[in-house]
Amino acid sequence: MLSDRDRIFTNLYGEHDWTLKGARARGDWDGTADLIAKGREWLVEEVKASGLRGRGGAGFPTGLKWSFMPKQSDGRPAYLVVNADEGEPGTCKDRDMMRWDPHKLVEGCLVACAAMGAGAAYIYVRGEFYNEARHLQHAIDEAYEAGLIGRNACGSGIDCDIFVHRGAGAYICGEETALIESLEGKKGQPRLKPPFPAMAGLYGCPTTVNNVETIAVVPTILRRGASWFSGFGRSNNTGTKVFCISGHVDRPCNVEEAMSIPMRELIEKHAGGVRGGWDNLKAVIPGGSSTPILPKSICDEVLMDFDALRDVQSGLGTAAVIVMDRSTDVVRAIARLARFYAHESCGQCTPCREGTGWMMRVMERMASGRARVEEIDMLLDVSKEIEGHTICAHGDGSAWPIQGLIRHFRHEMEDRILTHRTRAAAA
Amino acid sequence: MPKLTVDGIEVEVAPGSTVLQAIEAAGKEVPRFCYHERLSIAGNCRMCLVEIRPGPPKPAASCAMPAGDNMEVLTASPMTQKARKGVMEFLLINHPLDCPICDQGGECDLQDQALFYGADTSRFEENKRAVPDKDMGPLIKTTMTRCIHCTRCIRFAEEVAGVPTIGAIGRSEHLEITTLEHAVASELSGNVIDLCPVGALTSKPYAFNARPWELRKTEGIDVFDALGANIRIDSRGPEVLRILPRLNEEVNEEWLGDKSRFAHDGLRRQRLDRPYVRRKGRLHSASWGEAFAAIRSRLEGRSGLDIGAIVGDQADAEAMMALKDLMKALGAPNLDCRQDGTAAIPSQRASYLFNSTVQGIEEADVLLLIGSNPRWESPVLNARIRKRWLAGGMQIGMIGERHDLGYRYDHLGEGGQTLRGVAAGRNRFCAALKSASRPMLILGTGPLSRPDGAAVLAATQRIAELNGLIREDWNGFNVLNRAASRVGGLDLGFVPGEGGTDTAGMLSGAVDTLFLLGADEMDLSGLGDAFVIYQGHHGDAGAARADVILPGAAYTEKSGTWVNLEGRVQRSERATFPPGEAREDWAILRALSDVLEKPLAYDSLSALRARLGRTNPVFDTRDDVAPAQWHRTAPTGRIDDTPFASPISNYYMTDPISRASETMAVCTETFLAAEARNG
Amino acid sequence: MSGGAETAESFAFTADHLKTAKAVVARYPEGRQQSAVMPLLDLAQRQLGWTSPAVIEYVADFLGLPAIRVWEVASFYTMYYRERVGQYRLHVCTTTPCWLRGSDEVVRVCKEKTGLEFGETDEKGLFTLLEVECLGACVNAPILQVNDDYYEDLDAARTASLLDALAEGRPPAAGTLRERLNSAPEGGKTTLLEADARC
Repeated sequence: MLSDRDRIFTNLYGEHDWTLKGARARGDWDGTADLIAKGREWLVEEVKASGLRGRGGAGFPTGLKWSFMPKQSDGRPAYLVVNADEGEPGTCKDRDMMRWDPHKLVEGCLVACAAMGAGAAYIYVRGEFYNEARHLQHAIDEAYEAGLIGRNACGSGIDCDIFVHRGAGAYICGEETALIESLEGKKGQPRLKPPFPAMAGLYGCPTTVNNVETIAVVPTILRRGASWFSGFGRSNNTGTKVFCISGHVDRPCNVEEAMSIPMRELIEKHAGGVRGGWDNLKAVIPGGSSTPILPKSICDEVLMDFDALRDVQSGLGTAAVIVMDRSTDVVRAIARLARFYAHESCGQCTPCREGTGWMMRVMERMASGRARVEEIDMLLDVSKEIEGHTICAHGDGSAWPIQGLIRHFRHEMEDRILTHRTRAAAA
Repeated sequence: MPKLTVDGIEVEVAPGSTVLQAIEAAGKEVPRFCYHERLSIAGNCRMCLVEIRPGPPKPAASCAMPAGDNMEVLTASPMTQKARKGVMEFLLINHPLDCPICDQGGECDLQDQALFYGADTSRFEENKRAVPDKDMGPLIKTTMTRCIHCTRCIRFAEEVAGVPTIGAIGRSEHLEITTLEHAVASELSGNVIDLCPVGALTSKPYAFNARPWELRKTEGIDVFDALGANIRIDSRGPEVLRILPRLNEEVNEEWLGDKSRFAHDGLRRQRLDRPYVRRKGRLHSASWGEAFAAIRSRLEGRSGLDIGAIVGDQADAEAMMALKDLMKALGAPNLDCRQDGTAAIPSQRASYLFNSTVQGIEEADVLLLIGSNPRWESPVLNARIRKRWLAGGMQIGMIGERHDLGYRYDHLGEGGQTLRGVAAGRNRFCAALKSASRPMLILGTGPLSRPDGAAVLAATQRIAELNGLIREDWNGFNVLNRAASRVGGLDLGFVPGEGGTDTAGMLSGAVDTLFLLGADEMDLSGLGDAFVIYQGHHGDAGAARADVILPGAAYTEKSGTWVNLEGRVQRSERATFPPGEAREDWAILRALSDVLEKPLAYDSLSALRARLGRTNPVFDTRDDVAPAQWHRTAPTGRIDDTPFASPISNYYMTDPISRASETMAVCTETFLAAEARNG
Repeated sequence: MSGGAETAESFAFTADHLKTAKAVVARYPEGRQQSAVMPLLDLAQRQLGWTSPAVIEYVADFLGLPAIRVWEVASFYTMYYRERVGQYRLHVCTTTPCWLRGSDEVVRVCKEKTGLEFGETDEKGLFTLLEVECLGACVNAPILQVNDDYYEDLDAARTASLLDALAEGRPPAAGTLRERLNSAPEGGKTTLLEADARC
């Protein structure tokens, strides 16, 4: 188990002072100017060496992403945009970071801006996180006041402005280009790529979009060294990670752990175990709602990291573990997610706009048994007509939970249909 | 130049091309709904997905994907086919099965492509979505349940028309295209009907009138302004049922103004379908013989100096030529093809042409607008200016009435005083013109038709000369003529001859016998008891004043030649016959010449056209523009300080046809009268 | 709500909000004032209580945007109330993580106690009941968001007493309604136990 000394988010539960004074006592803003003084290249290389992969779901190597930003400005400003539009069902880690450790994010923004030659950062916070955005704004105000950001930030010689921008209720804005559109004052409709944000993002300028956790861990990584961070977890899956454990566990919680921790250990050590014991486990959605559901047999052994979960046809996603015990109607659980994806589709691409609504309706019938067994295959086929056919990954995200359900719980869907038919016949 | 293969066929495309363009270059088809050459790329319909190797294991939208070197594009692979089938299925699940009652039937992209990519049965067993219809005004009929959310209409309004009034509200499957119950306030609004790939936006005036396969399609030329937009006239029997734009990159691209598209219902109303002769103050219907006899008796023994002729704005070159020859035979030097009296130098073609050409606008980098509202005087030409402006780097200055033109301009002043300043090099805009690589100016006919029009023309020519608008390879001097007949009339010399008088003279008593060829936009009150012969197609102002009426043919009812504002000679074909006893105009004049015993020297249209070519060789060209020679000019006269005024007070009603159109009357009420009432 | 000239047909920022609005616009680069459309709609909604057509037209005018572009934004995001709402907006999350922890019970109690269905506002204008998607506080599920505050770890009884307290005009402190430290496991932390890690 990760030792407390190696935890980055030492105020994850908000026991301590979250303002600048408390943050400094926890080691934030310590020698930031010295880190910046080591230069862009060093910063990027160090993050690369740490093996840090994006914490927002896709797991793209952070240092590599930063290296895509132009080394020389062509006159256009560059931007860092922080994705704090946390909304993937099951996920609630960024919320704690913003309300209880906002200075880690603010300091991370400065360092990341320095690493990418960006002069400003916009933090896009989901609109519902009103109080979280207030804490964050307070931290930013404190940092300006103390000369940590703004002109000649920390005395480093670079200028860095940080702004909070609140969303207004749209899951799709967690998609980086939808987020940029939204930040520009438009509907959150994802953009065609190419061009990628590093070439033309916010206001047509070079932009990198990173998750809150990704940015917030950077100062600690730089202070303690890339090899410290890469010492946790398996190769290619390094570091510490804040996991969110929800659903049918005795004590749901957020917890920072080492990557590659076995799922069972994570659940039993920190969340009080599955309600009614491990053998009462039915299934787990391991990384937020878009990652395909896994049956107990896989959960028994699987590790919580990118590669292990990919190998079992699911994913680490946001590391939001949604646990379901044997009392769970998994068909209804996934049907509810189908409704979520239909509701949150931006509506621009045909397959997603039309397909998510179709799947939602079929899943609703599946959950009540008002369907035909052949429709399970049809549903699977429809999900594959959406997957990979849209501008952004929302279509994929809507397809995967249903594909996972059919892969592992087809029998339950069939039983439901047959039971319903028998009952209807009897009536 | 990226080199790639499409289904094994090697193609090389221009840098910046998309995969879709590469596929077309290889001669393959790509189904699409949202993609349109003239609009920004949306990439949302997903119909054009194709497999590209190397790449991720999913297809890419070919409309948005840049073509790259060594790409292998597969338009018939299982991956591509599955993607197309899937997208088509999704498009159809919520699309109503109402093709039999849909006006798009027979020319519907969705219908056509469903034939190739659609399944024979539906797997969709849920209820189909119903979407409330929207009110988009008197021209666009909506059936929004059919909408496939391609957003072409939104992009057209925002990008081409410059009126961002169409949007998509809501999200997910509840996304709805709307104008928030406002009529689309653009003179180009009808183009969204063409752009809509399904039957969501259809033509309101044409609703339920015909199926496309019932229609006879005739290639024509628009006459509602001087642009000469290329059109297709769709008719059934004696009736023109609709008018659509034809593609011509150099003239109208594929756009058409709303008046040109929708005013044709005016062809069915107020028509002159038989000759009339005035007796004892009242017009009586007459035979052709009686009408001609009345003219003959009026002209008998009359000096040519007392006879005049004025042609209207929609006259074809053939009719003008025949009338000119007839007048010459009668010894009458009083001719004019300018009802509005605009100044022009008939012997100097460059003084009355749009010399830069319409396509040339796209090369210009500085534009000075003088006394023109191009949005009303030629909406499609105005769209070309907007296109150029949108592309960036065009500076626009304007002298005259302010109008919302769809692009930003620097308003330099109201009229003559400012123009004099520019001509004297005392205006800040001169520097912009001088330093431009392709400077151009556009002079409207409003200032040219004032009493000081000749001075305005000369001053403007001087501005062109002094600021580098006239170069070896570029002529930035442009007159924005409004009348379709104007350039042709000037080219064939329908202007006062030796000792002759012009429109103003003829209207104020210089002649006692006046021949009007479709001329209705003049103040005829100064004619006194002059004898008026009106030849034309509508019972409008000219016919009301006439002593003899000769019923002619409207532009859709004859084969005719029009020369557009650039000097481009274009031919229009006959779509329908003139009503009743009305006849093609040149033929009427030919017959009259016999009765007057001054027979014209041609018996056929082809002979008449040969005569046109002998008059001015430009008439031997077709569909082309040749640069006109520039003549140095000397300033003449003083320019008045009065502000330049627009010659048009209502875009929707400018001529006998549009004044007779009910559709245009509704547009006037919707877009102008209501606005005027509400301030 | 005084100072602002607002009726159903018209809207204008109060002097204070006008100042705030200008500061909001200044957060974005020159010429990018469209970025302020969401914060300004939010500000206007806080003033008027909902995002009326007049609010939309006003914000469009304020920023020099075509009205349709602001209508698109106002209708795309779920947090803009397009109808009048009550004093307490009850946003019940029913997405799977909340559902697994008993959001059906929260919904039942909300409906029973307020007599409302989703989307409805009571006659007194006290409560508006709304179903929302994942609120992003899943380890404290189920969640009921009241106006800007999250109430967490609910069950039927806690929901009932929360609604009673709201009706009496004394909203309890936001956060978990159990004996629990924010998102830490109930009954005691398993990490961050060492003294030097805490500060």
